[in-house]
Amino acid sequence: MGERQVELEVLRYNPETDREPHFQRYSVACREEWVVLDALNHVKETLDPTLSYRWSCHMAVCGSCGMMVNGEPKLACKTFLRNYHGVIRVEPLRHFPIERDLVTVIDDFVAKLTRVKPYLIPKEPKSVEAGEYRQTPAQLKRYKQFTLCINCMLCYAACPEYGLIPDYLGPAALSLAHRYNQDSRDGGRGERQEELASKEGVWECSFVGACSEVCPEHVDPAAAIQQVKIRSTLDWYQEHLMPWLKK
Amino acid sequence: MESVQSDVAIVGAGGAGLRAAIALAQSDPKLRIALISKVYPMRSHTCAAEGGAAGVIKPDDSLEHHFNDTVGGGDWLCDQDAVDYLVQEAPKELIQLEHWGCPWSREPDGSVAVRPFGGMKKQRTWFAADKSGFHILHTLFQTSLQFASIERFDEYYVTELLVHEGRCAGVVAIEMRSGQMRRFDARALIIAGGGAGRMFPFTTNGAIKTGDGMALAYRAGVALKDMEFVQYHPTGLPSTGTLLTEACRGEGGVLLNKNGRRFLQDYGMGPETPLGKPVFKTMELGPRDRVSQAFWQEQKKGNMMPTQWGDAMLLDMRHLGEKTINERLPLVRDMSISYMGVDPVTDPVPVRPVVHYMMGGIDTDTRAATRLPGLFAAGECACVSINGANRLGSNSLTELLVFGRRAALSALEYVKAGAAPVNEGARAALATAAQGRLRELMQRSGSGETVAGLRKEMMQTMEQNAGIYRTSEGLTEACAKLSELRRRYARIELHDKTNVYNTDLLQALELGSMLDCAEAVTQSALARQESRGAHQRLDFTARDDVKFLRHSLALYAQNEPPRIDYRDVVITRSQPGVRDYSGGGGK
Ligand SMILES: Cc1cc2nc3c(=O)[nH]c(=O)nc-3n(C[C@H](O)[C@H](O)[C@H](O)COP(=O)(O)OP(=O)(O)OC[C@H]3O[C@@H](n4cnc5c(N)ncnc54)[C@H](O)[C@@H]3O)c2cc1C
Ligand code: FES
Repeated sequence: MGERQVELEVLRYNPETDREPHFQRYSVACREEWVVLDALNHVKETLDPTLSYRWSCHMAVCGSCGMMVNGEPKLACKTFLRNYHGVIRVEPLRHFPIERDLVTVIDDFVAKLTRVKPYLIPKEPKSVEAGEYRQTPAQLKRYKQFTLCINCMLCYAACPEYGLIPDYLGPAALSLAHRYNQDSRDGGRGERQEELASKEGVWECSFVGACSEVCPEHVDPAAAIQQVKIRSTLDWYQEHLMPWLKK
Repeated sequence: MESVQSDVAIVGAGGAGLRAAIALAQSDPKLRIALISKVYPMRSHTCAAEGGAAGVIKPDDSLEHHFNDTVGGGDWLCDQDAVDYLVQEAPKELIQLEHWGCPWSREPDGSVAVRPFGGMKKQRTWFAADKSGFHILHTLFQTSLQFASIERFDEYYVTELLVHEGRCAGVVAIEMRSGQMRRFDARALIIAGGGAGRMFPFTTNGAIKTGDGMALAYRAGVALKDMEFVQYHPTGLPSTGTLLTEACRGEGGVLLNKNGRRFLQDYGMGPETPLGKPVFKTMELGPRDRVSQAFWQEQKKGNMMPTQWGDAMLLDMRHLGEKTINERLPLVRDMSISYMGVDPVTDPVPVRPVVHYMMGGIDTDTRAATRLPGLFAAGECACVSINGANRLGSNSLTELLVFGRRAALSALEYVKAGAAPVNEGARAALATAAQGRLRELMQRSGSGETVAGLRKEMMQTMEQNAGIYRTSEGLTEACAKLSELRRRYARIELHDKTNVYNTDLLQALELGSMLDCAEAVTQSALARQESRGAHQRLDFTARDDVKFLRHSLALYAQNEPPRIDYRDVVITRSQPGVRDYSGGGGK
């Protein structure tokens, strides 16, 4: 049973007692199969009960435990210690204000999710008694990937645009809007378009692709944003150059 | 103290809480709804459910089959009127979710696909690959965003109910960001606080499943019903307790002992079925209690595989092939590789039984109402008695939806009936007293009792004495230990005495909830001198319908252990019979 001493350097900040953030070192006896979250839990249980961070599922699905590990946005519950050597530096997710220690303020993200109307706006309303909408596996596949977002916000921490332009809707919110737009049951694209094609929408993205690289669920937000751009461009041409196309 | 006014407040924004909130918002747009949760809604543990939700939809199935499977699966401890309501409403709720955009897996013709599940006679489990709960939760959360009347209070930790003159009038909660207390006035309250698996050290339950919702009601005088029934899921990863869904077996995976034998045939669940051709209610599709118990027996015989995390059996899915595994069980593959280093496409995965689900909970009736006027409950924290002594996999997600909605409708009826609001003075006094208790906890010092220390002792006691098989001796010891721990808890000391996002404080409060729930579990278990479903006694090995075809009710008694009372099970048409999982397809 492998055990190894791991040096963690964790960013600490308590707005009530600290002037500014600082790093604290912990030396932890860790098992070989542990993830970063296990090491933090061990610290909290045995060394320092004041350390604060979010977590719940320990299976990469609740999206609580996003943090920077050696400068990269990661889920702490899916980041294995065995892949790191030397000191491991743990910080709160980049681009978000710190609430305390590794806990960030995520109001901005939650507000943006709400803004893109991420719910089905039915193309043809149907009563429950009339049964389910038909949707073939191929139709499901057109949007399925974009349903997998766990709202962990790693993509916001990776996105250079979001760092520069805080109003930018950002990868997760845009992908989610696209998810509904692509759904065969949905007819709400027109309603969402205003947000998507706005100043803070898809056109802010300079297609660096960092969001897709860090996504733990392989949602590929960059692809979603590209697809929205193409659709928006077509819309524009239809409206301005080919008005006869619209009935 | 600042107060928030609402018509209905909901504690918990998981599947049950969100379903209730939407039902309220839809029923009456003028209603003011406060949705309070200690985590952001999408972090709620409903997201972890993998396998799916049961509801009759295919022509060869019937409500009667679903009823019989559920009642028999629950070893006849289910209230049959509640089960009737569940199975009737189930298909409607699942279609409703479909209309809200849930990405259910589909048949080639575009209809919804269903899969077989343990203890079910027909295919009736709706699924979205193996992330069903995740998709249900996100669909509900996203749908809820269109209703302006649902006001969310994310990361607020509820500490107490406000109860005055025998009525529930709201709650008090800590805003975690500031550490400030808020009073929530409500004319009706719904608790949807989830399960309590964290009482045990080895569990599929996330960190937030600490039984707060149950403890809130219990301390306010509402009984906790059938708490001794704790479900072990047979297939958890030995390293972390992470669940591999029952759908692994539904799709055709098999369980082997260390000699490669499909040992379930030796425990009344045979005859052996052909590989890759699962038969309903047989072998690997037996119910969870039976499969977990068979593991324990087999382990006693030395037939299990030793691993560095304890004995394990093998879940073999190789014959399903890479394509099926990727399409239907992608998460299972990902987690087996990540957390165990085993790829199910090429190797069998070691697994062992793991604490998974609380059949028991807040005593509610078929209207999701408790006996405390103004208080309703739904979801895993409630016990409306559809699960009886053993829940069938995939009935719980359905239960959240059906009874989440039902709780909303009942709360609305209650509000409309117009009970006079509790007066301001009384509310303020209750809230101030609650704040005083919290302050005392924050300031206390000198005892050296810590959250981590007490929690560890609790978990050890529960694992040793309240597991798959129990004895009078072990349970007596556990009861004594829990009394002691509760006494010591009253002196617990925080290291962190600051206000902002104080997780030392939260964990202390959660530990308090778990200790209360744990004591209700062990006391109810000790008193139930029979073996039924998930409650197995080595000293009372048979089911005893004469004495114990009854629900246990644990009643809070402050510093004393709870008083245990009983209530008859509601039986409408299915008389207790033999649970048959031996290939005949059962009743
Ligand atoms: C790994 C796993 C897989 C599962 N798979 C399946 C399956 O395939 N099919 C099936 O039918 N069932 C399954 N289950 C069971 C099912 O998922 C759960 O029973 C169900 O999701 C519980 O939902 P809930 O809404 O009651 O609670 P949760 O989703 O746990 O939500 C509880 C809510 O209460 C809030 N809360 C708790 N305490 C407080 C407090 N003090 N103050 C404020 N808020 C509070 C939390 O913040 C949270 O929002 C599974 C369970 C697990 C663990
Ligand atoms: S703890 Fe849930 S995603 Fe990491």
